[in-house]
Amino acid sequence: MGDRLLEVRNLKTYFYIKEGELRAVDELSYTVNKGQFVSLVGESACGKSVSALSIMRLIPYPPGVIVGGEIIFDDKDLLSLSEEEMRSIRGNRIAMIFQEPMTSLNPVLTVGRQISEALEIHRGMSNQDAMQEAAKLLKLVGIPDAERRVGEYPYQFSGGMQQRIMIAMAISCRPALLIADEPTTSVDVTVQAQLMELINNLRQEFGTSVILITHNLGLVARYADHVNVMYAGRLVESGSLDVIYSEPSHPYTMGLIASVPRLDLERAQSLHVIPGLPPDLTRLPKNICAFAARCKFALGECIKARPELEQVGDNHLVACFRHSEMKALAEVEK
Amino acid sequence: MARVEAFPVVEETKRRSFLADLLIRLVKEKPLGTIGGIIVLLLLIVGVFAGLMAPYGYNDIYVGPRLSAPSPENLLGCDQLGRDLLSRIIYGARISLIVGLSVSAIAVILSTAIGFVSGYFGGKIDMVIQRFVDAWLSIPPLFLILALIAVAGPGMLQVILVLGILFGIGQSRIVRGAVIGIRANTYLEAATAIGCGTGRILWKHVFPNVTAPIIVLFTITLGAAVLAEATISFLGFGIPPPMPSWGGMLSEAGRRYMLMAPHLALWPGLFLAVVVYGINMLGDAFRDLVDPRLRGGLGRYDRARKMIAKASTNQAGEVMDEQLKNKK
Repeated sequence: MGDRLLEVRNLKTYFYIKEGELRAVDELSYTVNKGQFVSLVGESACGKSVSALSIMRLIPYPPGVIVGGEIIFDDKDLLSLSEEEMRSIRGNRIAMIFQEPMTSLNPVLTVGRQISEALEIHRGMSNQDAMQEAAKLLKLVGIPDAERRVGEYPYQFSGGMQQRIMIAMAISCRPALLIADEPTTSVDVTVQAQLMELINNLRQEFGTSVILITHNLGLVARYADHVNVMYAGRLVESGSLDVIYSEPSHPYTMGLIASVPRLDLERAQSLHVIPGLPPDLTRLPKNICAFAARCKFALGECIKARPELEQVGDNHLVACFRHSEMKALAEVEK
Repeated sequence: MARVEAFPVVEETKRRSFLADLLIRLVKEKPLGTIGGIIVLLLLIVGVFAGLMAPYGYNDIYVGPRLSAPSPENLLGCDQLGRDLLSRIIYGARISLIVGLSVSAIAVILSTAIGFVSGYFGGKIDMVIQRFVDAWLSIPPLFLILALIAVAGPGMLQVILVLGILFGIGQSRIVRGAVIGIRANTYLEAATAIGCGTGRILWKHVFPNVTAPIIVLFTITLGAAVLAEATISFLGFGIPPPMPSWGGMLSEAGRRYMLMAPHLALWPGLFLAVVVYGINMLGDAFRDLVDPRLRGGLGRYDRARKMIAKASTNQAGEVMDEQLKNKK
């Protein structure tokens, strides 16, 4: 893979709430190359969305603050840019697709207006030109009768179509990086597949890099080049798709993979779950492995110190004290 | 196979502009609101064309006998200076119209500005602004009006400004509430994510979402402003004579000569009451029509029922006949 497009270094986004300091994202580092499809995987509330919003600098302040780290994009540190410079990047160089298309589209504006807005802002297009471009974009994302439908309102579209409109909005300025925050959670599986296919095609067509935030490991397996697994605001494992699926070395990753429902197994077999719940991030001690409480393989050392990310193979990082034994332990488990 | 046809096919509704749709629904669903609308329309016409309609000038003295009862020359009689009452009422409509519209416009602009800043930015700004609004609302409005007029001096412009500011600050609460209601929506975040600045978000994304309450606010203020102008003119702090204001006419001529010439109190009072009633009815109807929670009045239900009835009698009936025949 070629040039580096985005590098997140040691990102720390904390929320200061009544209960105290909540480390939503802590010491997160990862890179995205040009044209690469990177996936950010983890349970709900593990900091995936916050890390994405941090890149866009859309963390609501208060209570959220990016307290440290660097986000290098196009050789510039996004965190040191002024709000105005940041605005010229949002929607233009980096675009985002939100989870819920129903609430992410303004109900009182026509979809054409909403798609054309970024073009007006960043390309200085006139209203009419932008509207024509919006129609083309609608066609591009596969909405039939686009010329007529640009004048319609969001409620006149189905959920899947609304998400297509969100995608059209996001790609209107041909961004270098597309952040898709669980783009398919609110649509059914067939539409899911169509949407992912669409995003992937657009990536190939325009050379856009994609960060896909999801908990759906099936989607990841199909499209991602690289997988980052997050737990409790930190990266616990990072590697190319093959490595993560063939030899997961963190018990959390293994748990996630095992939790994917499979059609080829006996129905009587109950679904695999990772026991317990994600830890309360405000009360998590700093010097233990955050996953220790739910880990089958936890040892004494796991609650005495925090495992740091270690290079365990080509392009493969793991934060676990027992990563070298993991393969054997997994065998025993079976 | 032919069964599917029995379902009533929902016709694609023609898309009209928001205002056109509002007016059509007003006439269809709100008879009282329509009457209010007609009254407001009449006020508008009379106000604009007062110069053409009034038989005499509003300050032409001795056009008829003083305090005279209605006669063919002076349809509504004359006041204590021999001025034609009908002419004065017609010109009074113009004053009410000018004051009402200007006050509502100022009030709506002011309340929108305050409400947007307070509601959208929230936090400390909201806190400071809202405590000021609290303090403002705690002063009795009539006292506030009289104090401000005493400072500003008499005159129509002063009345308009004072009332506009008074209503504007009070009603900023309503706009603020509406803005807070939509601030949390993801589409505002999405707008930020495509590079919109704060001004653009407020104007292009928040404003279209609160136009409905703002329209309602405008009509409600209209009635209140007409009434308020009449009140302070009645008390002698409003529109200075000889300009004919309905409130001023009530006190100047009506109250003083009530026993000798009751028509001097009757007509301005009646017009005032009817106009304010009409405006309020229109405002209420608008509120009902634009409030989605109150949507779907009898009109819509009726239409849907008729459609179903029609569909079931024609098509379904035919289909069922067909099926029966086939069975035989």
